[in-house]
Amino acid sequence: MAVPSAAAASPAKKGLWAWLNKRLPISEFISEQLTGYYAPKNFNIWYFFGSLALGVLVLQLVTGIFLTMFYKPGELTSFDSVEFIMREVNYGWLIRYLHSTGASAFFIVVYLHMYRALLYGSYKAPRELLWLFGMAVYLALMAEAFMGYVLPWGNMSYWGAQVIVNLFGTIPALGPPLVEWIRGDYGIADATVNRFFALHVAAIPLALLLLVALHLVALHETGSNNPDGIEIKDKLGADGKPLDGIPFHPYYTVKDVVGVGVFFVLFALVVFFVPTLGGLFLESANFEPANPLSTPEHIAPVWYFTPYYAILRAVPDQRIGALLMLLSVMAFLFLPWLDRSPVKSMRYRGWMSRTALALFTVSFVALGYLGLQPAEGLYVALARVFAVIYFLFFILMPIYTWLDPVKPVPERVSFHAH
Amino acid sequence: MTDHAALVTDEVDQSRRKFLTRATVATGALGAVFAAVPFIESWEPSERARAQGAPVMLDLSKLEPGQMATPVWRRQPIYVVRRTPDMVARVAGHDGDLKDPNSEHSNQPPYAKNPLRSRSAEYLVLIGICTHLGCLPKQRFEKGEIYPSWPGGFFCPCHGSRFDLAGRVFEGSPASINLNIPAYSYPNPTTLVIGNDEKGAA
Amino acid sequence: MRTLLAVAALSVGMLGCEAVRAAEEAAAGEAAARYGADWASWRASNDVADMPSVQRGARNFASYCMGCHSLKYEHWSRLGQDLSIPSALLIQDLLPPGDKTTDYILTSMPAADAANWFGKTPPDLSLMARARSRDYLYQFLTTFYVDPTRQTGANNLRLPVTAMPHVLSELEGLKAAVFRDVTKADGGHEQVFDHFEQLAPGRLTTAEYDGFVRDTVNFLDYVSDPSQTARRGLGLWVVLFLLVFTWLAWLVKREYWKDVH
Repeated sequence: MAVPSAAAASPAKKGLWAWLNKRLPISEFISEQLTGYYAPKNFNIWYFFGSLALGVLVLQLVTGIFLTMFYKPGELTSFDSVEFIMREVNYGWLIRYLHSTGASAFFIVVYLHMYRALLYGSYKAPRELLWLFGMAVYLALMAEAFMGYVLPWGNMSYWGAQVIVNLFGTIPALGPPLVEWIRGDYGIADATVNRFFALHVAAIPLALLLLVALHLVALHETGSNNPDGIEIKDKLGADGKPLDGIPFHPYYTVKDVVGVGVFFVLFALVVFFVPTLGGLFLESANFEPANPLSTPEHIAPVWYFTPYYAILRAVPDQRIGALLMLLSVMAFLFLPWLDRSPVKSMRYRGWMSRTALALFTVSFVALGYLGLQPAEGLYVALARVFAVIYFLFFILMPIYTWLDPVKPVPERVSFHAH
Repeated sequence: MTDHAALVTDEVDQSRRKFLTRATVATGALGAVFAAVPFIESWEPSERARAQGAPVMLDLSKLEPGQMATPVWRRQPIYVVRRTPDMVARVAGHDGDLKDPNSEHSNQPPYAKNPLRSRSAEYLVLIGICTHLGCLPKQRFEKGEIYPSWPGGFFCPCHGSRFDLAGRVFEGSPASINLNIPAYSYPNPTTLVIGNDEKGAA
Repeated sequence: MRTLLAVAALSVGMLGCEAVRAAEEAAAGEAAARYGADWASWRASNDVADMPSVQRGARNFASYCMGCHSLKYEHWSRLGQDLSIPSALLIQDLLPPGDKTTDYILTSMPAADAANWFGKTPPDLSLMARARSRDYLYQFLTTFYVDPTRQTGANNLRLPVTAMPHVLSELEGLKAAVFRDVTKADGGHEQVFDHFEQLAPGRLTTAEYDGFVRDTVNFLDYVSDPSQTARRGLGLWVVLFLLVFTWLAWLVKREYWKDVH
């Protein structure tokens, strides 16, 4: 895995390598961003999910492009073309399941990736912009997933689109004309699925690639945080490199490959044995074509949207519910400034921050579960309770992070050889 | 001691390191090849395409002598000509004017590698696509239709290739081989099946 | 290392569970239909890998269902291929006269007429096992009962006031649903299903009819996802390969990380 050095290469390669490097900064890139980029040596399991997210993005792009070769967007053709892929295209079923499982895998990985930031304060200065780019990726991803789910034109695709697009109608005055503008018709129709196709296949992936690139540039500018939340650049060795840092390549390239392997084992178990995951990844109602005259028994978005959906339904007023749902997503953007703790990592924070995070975690998961259930009785009551806890996590943060009795932060990272 | 001093390793470790790395890279490359297979296979004709490309049947009792029918098989026009005895006779006598009179370089099933290029004298079955650049040749079955010594056959309007009543290409044509013959068979005397013969479906 | 072992254990566990589940379901398939009030918990317990069962199901479908229902996403030739039915047998036993093996499996009943006669067009069944569930289909086919108040003379517990007549009555026979009166908490009364009563026998015994339905549901399960057997077979090899690769990658990682102190 060593970088091909000029001395070790054959004369021909040396020539070609030299020719290329005069015209493109390849060697510099490798030495600055890979072999010369120092990352903290104490990364733990929470640090796998960034590279995994990138891996899933590539998977979605490749499988998505191949699906586009066979899928035909349109009210009359979408559903049939998906069955064509599943039954008649050689290995079409595999490409489809890779893409559908990949969508859910993307959110599992991204949520765990974001949670790491909550655990270790990775959104705090000087990484605020890194966090904001990441949030932009998350928002783009939600739009991408929503539009992608409409494309098979199943009954849940149709009604899910109906509900979410109607949410925009709650905006005062602008709402109704905006909804018609988004749909391109008086109801979710051919025009809608076609434009969602264009956005899902071309526009948003381009935006995602750009945002991911910016996210990585911002990361390399500040360097990575770590589970102890201390800045490794504060302690440099004689060679000018962080004492607690190690070159990203080969150490983290090699470690990330293991992460990729483990991920793909779990991923393959789902793709090949339980691709619908009991209706969580591919909902049963979507195996019927869209029917404007027949609503499925339980309209629920796919699991990764359900925490926010639960908050929407918990509020008795439609307009305020939509607003609170929007705020519940946007709240994350303010974390770098809400968090007043002098300490980054949960390891050295006091009982207040830990309790708050624990309560938030429980609420998020509970809201996710409640979003999948029918909105009645105890479920609604619980959703209201957890929604309140959810918002309090953010609203009270400036107070409890300020008052929190923190522990002394060590000088050097804690590391055990492995 | 800094980390960086600890990043130096001894020789034995290096060779184990190299071996393991190479083994893993090789396995990974193998995995990448396996992973590529479904995507490459997805480009092969789908089940739908194969179904639409299934053998085609033609009722020969409807075809008059001297007439040509043009069923489509696998998106290609198939010329089915019911040759009159006169037309059969006009297949012979001009071997010297042909590029490939014995179909040595042309494409046909074994049962069509004969002077008449067909299973039976009466019916000629060939793929109506000019072997030059793919236009559809036009029928010119009458003797002398194009020029006085023209024995009858096919004329391609795009670049002027000429073929006789067995689909064999004339000298002076841009096309280099005779018109292609598909697999075909007669399950009974009045039915022609294009795309299926002793070897099974094409 | 521990993570790797855990993942390997999980994979073996999942693959093992698959095998056990398949075996269990095959054994459970023997149970006769019950006439009790527990109809809502009846399970199809079918095994798509049971080829003879799926073949019988295909024959059942062609004989009793194809008159009204299509399987418009499945080619006859695909059916023959997956179920190991030679083309000649397919044409002789299953194919409607005039259809080619490369055709999709369509019904000869015109949709407009069907809508007129039944009130709605009989739905295509290609995906019904996935849209509803196999258990739903099994329960649907085993809970028809006589209902003189309806035009078709039949009703169904799984899908109340279904437009479908009791097509299989000649096989199952006729049964009545006995309801009992229940007083609700607010003082009102409602009729709750209690049990079935056989009124007239069909050509098949109870056990035979149950087998008939299970085979048919098994076939519909296959049709809803024809690649599922191939998928699981391929999955085994993919997971094994990935486990080997991950183990090698972990060895490389451990080797390099000896450097890090």
